[in-house]
Amino acid sequence: MSNHAIREPVAVRWTLTAVALGFLALFLALPLAAVLTEAFAKGWGAYLRALATDVTLSSIRLTLIVAAISVPLNVVFGLTASWAIAKFDFRGKSLLISLIELPFSVSPVISGLIYVLLFGLQGLLGPFLAAHDFRVIFAVPGIVLATIFVTFPFVARELIPLMEEQGREEEEAALTLGASGLRTFWLVTLPNVRWGLLYGVLLCNARAMGEFGAVSVVSGHIRGLTNTMPLHVEILYNEYDFVGAFAVASLLALLAVVTLAAKTALEWWHRDELTATSH
Amino acid sequence: MTRSLLIDDIRQILLPLVVAVLAAMTLAWAIPGARAAEPRTLLNVSYDPTRELYQAVNDAFIKSWKAKTGEDIKINQSHGGSGKQARSVIDGLEADVVTLALAYDIDAIADKAKLLDGKWQGRLGYNSAPYTSTIVFLVRKGNPKQIKDWNDLVKPGVAVITPNPKTSGGARWNYLAAWGYELNRTNGDQAKAEDFVTRLFKNVPVLDSGARGSTVTFAQRGLGDVLLAWENEAHLALQEFGGGFEIVTPSLSILAEPPVTVVDKVVDKRGTRAVAEAYLQFLYTPEAQGIIAKNFYRPRDPEAIRLTTSAFAPVKLFTIDDVFGGWRKAQAEHFADGGVFDRISAAKK
Repeated sequence: MSNHAIREPVAVRWTLTAVALGFLALFLALPLAAVLTEAFAKGWGAYLRALATDVTLSSIRLTLIVAAISVPLNVVFGLTASWAIAKFDFRGKSLLISLIELPFSVSPVISGLIYVLLFGLQGLLGPFLAAHDFRVIFAVPGIVLATIFVTFPFVARELIPLMEEQGREEEEAALTLGASGLRTFWLVTLPNVRWGLLYGVLLCNARAMGEFGAVSVVSGHIRGLTNTMPLHVEILYNEYDFVGAFAVASLLALLAVVTLAAKTALEWWHRDELTATSH
Repeated sequence: MTRSLLIDDIRQILLPLVVAVLAAMTLAWAIPGARAAEPRTLLNVSYDPTRELYQAVNDAFIKSWKAKTGEDIKINQSHGGSGKQARSVIDGLEADVVTLALAYDIDAIADKAKLLDGKWQGRLGYNSAPYTSTIVFLVRKGNPKQIKDWNDLVKPGVAVITPNPKTSGGARWNYLAAWGYELNRTNGDQAKAEDFVTRLFKNVPVLDSGARGSTVTFAQRGLGDVLLAWENEAHLALQEFGGGFEIVTPSLSILAEPPVTVVDKVVDKRGTRAVAEAYLQFLYTPEAQGIIAKNFYRPRDPEAIRLTTSAFAPVKLFTIDDVFGGWRKAQAEHFADGGVFDRISAAKK
């Protein structure tokens, strides 16, 4: 198969490469350059001043809090789910796999609406929550919930194929030698998937910080309180504060670039272990 | 493999992870802003173009409240399409006061969520609308498409920018102003008015969810030949974007009365009724009326009107009560599911 590709005429190979690079330039490099140009349109001073306003700092803070809660929870969930799926047989396994993938196939706006329908004042649990003065939507818990929902496949999706590929022999050996289930998990399963896990965490984190749709529905858009960075970018842009909007956007873009770089580095260093995830 | 080796491996992965999470959390808490003991807050849930107005009003009210009572307060703002904002309040966004684009959106909060008294509109002067505005056109410099009045908007090849009447209050005023114009021209022929508005919406390439989104679409992204806008929004765009645009005032438009009220259930629960009511009454003071005029809303105070007549072009205005029999009726007929606007949207396809 791969030899065949190499025997393609030079012109075809060059055209394909040029098309790929052209796409990259058009859809990745150009927008990134545009973001940075706009962010620095009035110089470094204006850039830093735009980032140092109270509402912007609080949006950064909120984004970090949301990621700091949702990513670890997703790690726990992803690990347990993939461990159960790859190492055990049980009824309803394929249903569980489909459920894990569900957030990928549901529009983020719908994910947000689910929480409004559930926790909103007119919703199922809303009146109870209101009576006990506990706010979920239009407050931080709702934003965290929506973020967890849209990001929860990321870790599990990385780990399931990897664990399945590795099989159960090592775990079985550990169990035969007298290790408990938990100990087997800590000492055998987890170390085997560590790079895949890190890779999943990176993707999960990037999405958690960048999520717009689901968070927008449950946020309430209170300045300085419930606006995450992506929401704050929209607000600043709509207030004609283009330097501010693109300055915050540049932070998000930076996050994307760092994530991409870390992901590429991981892939390169651990390409053998990761082959299972990329088929 | 020995056991210690494996534990090293785990450390290799878990330790950086834990450190990263802790670092993020520390950083999050360390950034100043919300850690200190917070003063009492009010949440003003408002519609899209009032961001600048209420930033200015809030600063003035905070000073006046401090002078009167010695208490420091903080006023939080939330802005978006008026219908969408009302929906959020219905769903539990805890607004102490709502300052929306039209009375129906506040009626909806009273009807659907029972959060406030159904007779709210009589609680403050001038139908609880401390300022008014109207709908004008914003066109590109030199008016290349020669747009002078509503009938120029239905001509082929004219791209009209307006937000979506389903989510935006300003868009509903736009729609009703166009309808009222044609109704007036044809001596009350509803069918002709519907045909007119249908043709107008055929010229609309994109419907944003709020008025500000449409302004940005028109002014910043350069789409369309004419923006149907709140008068205040049009003036603000002139101020922000400078010379590229001009305002065209049509021969006839609608008197828009964006009302304000306290959300009873919320202020009683939070114990903020006194300050919330003082905040809304403040809007009627000469000081706030001056700020209102400076932000291109038409003030109610005769003195403030006298000082700013030059900013507002004279325009013949009709009211929603006269032409449409009030907001509840207009909403049910035109904008509710299965209403005239749905028919118009379907005809567009």
